[in-house]
Amino acid sequence: MNKLVCAALAVSLTAMAPVAALADGHGGVKVGMITTLSGGGAGLGIDVRDGFMLAIAQSGRDDIEVVIEDDQRKPDIAVQLADKMIQSEKVDIMTGIIWSNLAMAVVPSAVAQGKFYLSPNAGPSALAGAQCNPLYFNVAWQNDNLHEAAGAYAKSAGYANSFILAPNYPAGQDALTGYKRMYDGDLAGEVFTQLGQTDYAAEIAQIRNSGADSVYFFLPGGMGISFLKQYADSGVDIPVVGPAFSFDQGILQAVGDAALGVKNTSQWSKDLDNAANAAFVESFQAEYGRLPSLYASQGFDTANLMLSALETASPSDQEAFRAALMAADFDSVRGDFAFASNQHPIQNIYVREVVREGDVLTNKLVGVALEDHGNVFIDDCKM
Amino acid sequence: MLLLIEQVLNGLQFGVMLFLMAAGLTLVFGVMGLINLAHGSLYMIGAFAAAAVAGATGSFLLALAASLAAAAAAGALIEVAVIRRLYDRDHLDQVLATFALILIFSEGTRWAFGSFPLYLDIPAWLSGPVSLPGGIEYSRYRLAIIGVGLAVALGLYLLITRTRLGIRIRAGEADREMIAALGIDISRLYTLVFALGAALAGLAGAMVGAIQSVQVGMGEPVLILAFVVIVIGGIGSVKGALVGAILVGLTDTLGGYLLPIAFGQVMEASSATAIGSALASMLIYILMAVVLILRPTGLYGARA
Repeated sequence: MNKLVCAALAVSLTAMAPVAALADGHGGVKVGMITTLSGGGAGLGIDVRDGFMLAIAQSGRDDIEVVIEDDQRKPDIAVQLADKMIQSEKVDIMTGIIWSNLAMAVVPSAVAQGKFYLSPNAGPSALAGAQCNPLYFNVAWQNDNLHEAAGAYAKSAGYANSFILAPNYPAGQDALTGYKRMYDGDLAGEVFTQLGQTDYAAEIAQIRNSGADSVYFFLPGGMGISFLKQYADSGVDIPVVGPAFSFDQGILQAVGDAALGVKNTSQWSKDLDNAANAAFVESFQAEYGRLPSLYASQGFDTANLMLSALETASPSDQEAFRAALMAADFDSVRGDFAFASNQHPIQNIYVREVVREGDVLTNKLVGVALEDHGNVFIDDCKM
Repeated sequence: MLLLIEQVLNGLQFGVMLFLMAAGLTLVFGVMGLINLAHGSLYMIGAFAAAAVAGATGSFLLALAASLAAAAAAGALIEVAVIRRLYDRDHLDQVLATFALILIFSEGTRWAFGSFPLYLDIPAWLSGPVSLPGGIEYSRYRLAIIGVGLAVALGLYLLITRTRLGIRIRAGEADREMIAALGIDISRLYTLVFALGAALAGLAGAMVGAIQSVQVGMGEPVLILAFVVIVIGGIGSVKGALVGAILVGLTDTLGGYLLPIAFGQVMEASSATAIGSALASMLIYILMAVVLILRPTGLYGARA
């Protein structure tokens, strides 16, 4: 089996020619993007990449080179790619990782080697607290944020007996912790499912018999599609709340009408009313022929944050570049955007509802769950 | 009590699904002595074919037919193009080649259908719950899956014990040189068996795709369970695959439901949930280990 893995690795590594966007070489900035472009989670990485590259293209700058590599959602491959980018490609700034376990494998060593890391998605609690670093910025959210918002929404909607479920892995445990931090009713049940589980008949039967008045679930990607379709078919009609990950533009069409009317929490929505967002949604659609997802918005914001900092400083001057990033002087598609002292966003988190527009399922804003929300790890971060 | 019966039905439905995967895998292994890792890709092909046809025509039955046809065709194609060269090689070569097929099929499917999951839904006439005697509400579609799976099991049993093709399959399993010497076109038989196994995997993919998500890489987790099933049931035995599949389905479902409750009797709720779920996910592998200790060739395995 070991031979097999080696051979597969060798083949995949040689096959992945780096995709260089623009090359200049003299005095330019080199960005290394490691993200997931193949396998089950590829939709997320592709959206982040497309959002990021759209912002780079719109900036009109030809002195920024972006090296893009596919981590295949595997921590070992992500680490190899990061080593290659730092040692042979000599990138100045790194970005792109989707999954928290991959971020934990790559980010601490990248910042230790003096590279800036701008996270467009993963926001594990360790990197917000004890392991925070002056060179690490998260442009999306701290992992707990959307779950905290869901808890706050459940509380304000008057739910008092929630059934909550998530996969049994660190981000799943963080999700339920985050929900419970803001929700103060009783729990009708708390279930950890297997990571990658596709059949939820057993859990749905428990929900049916639990007497709950609401269901909260965190099941990203295919797991959420399976759960929602089976839930809709089961005839259980307890209202469902979830974070935006199970309702993003990429997977809504696969869920179908089962998702209609579900409330979900997100820091972004395509109908957020600000000029930057309107322009983003329109240009993304024109460029790629599909509606942007929240992942695309995060990629777009990450690139724009970086571009704004490059206006005033160069990554080679770490202090100045860090200060320029910290200022967050860019038009975020989320509206107001600032960094907390541990370099994670302070932002509004909204409640959205899944609706049908023509023959496309999408989300519309229905309210604000948390205003100017930071994160609870600020005090653990000693910088 | 009602909840327990519902969970038993869920376990049965999961087991029947696994049987459709495991039956093809065990036939191919038993008759041809081939380890086919790409069986999960055939499952994925079935699901994608069904989603594409359902999207174009709106008919679920046509979609099921398309999944059977597409997976059987893909199976026959890879048998003739790749697998045929592997029968005389050792298992490592077979694993290597069929692993390559997984990568080719996954990236090929992404190239053809894109990276986002496809939509395939339960038809209206099978959706919603149905009331069973005793006041149990149970999904109509899942009952249908149980029905289809058991019908396939019966059909396979009749095929293998009552037809000429079945006699040849059994003969090929026992002694492949001898039946070739008797004038049977063994390579055609192999193609046929491989396509049959592929079609069953495709059918499973299409039926499961309607309640889960149709996406690249959906076959691999099921493939691992299907291997567990054929090891428990005994390699090459279709009856073993059926018993093993139902055993695995019930163990997994009931374990996930009952273990956290059992731990909840003796410890605090949230740690009971965590420990119970962790142990439940190991349960089928523990079951496999126990079966292998008691019966090293599996429940119905003939060969040592």
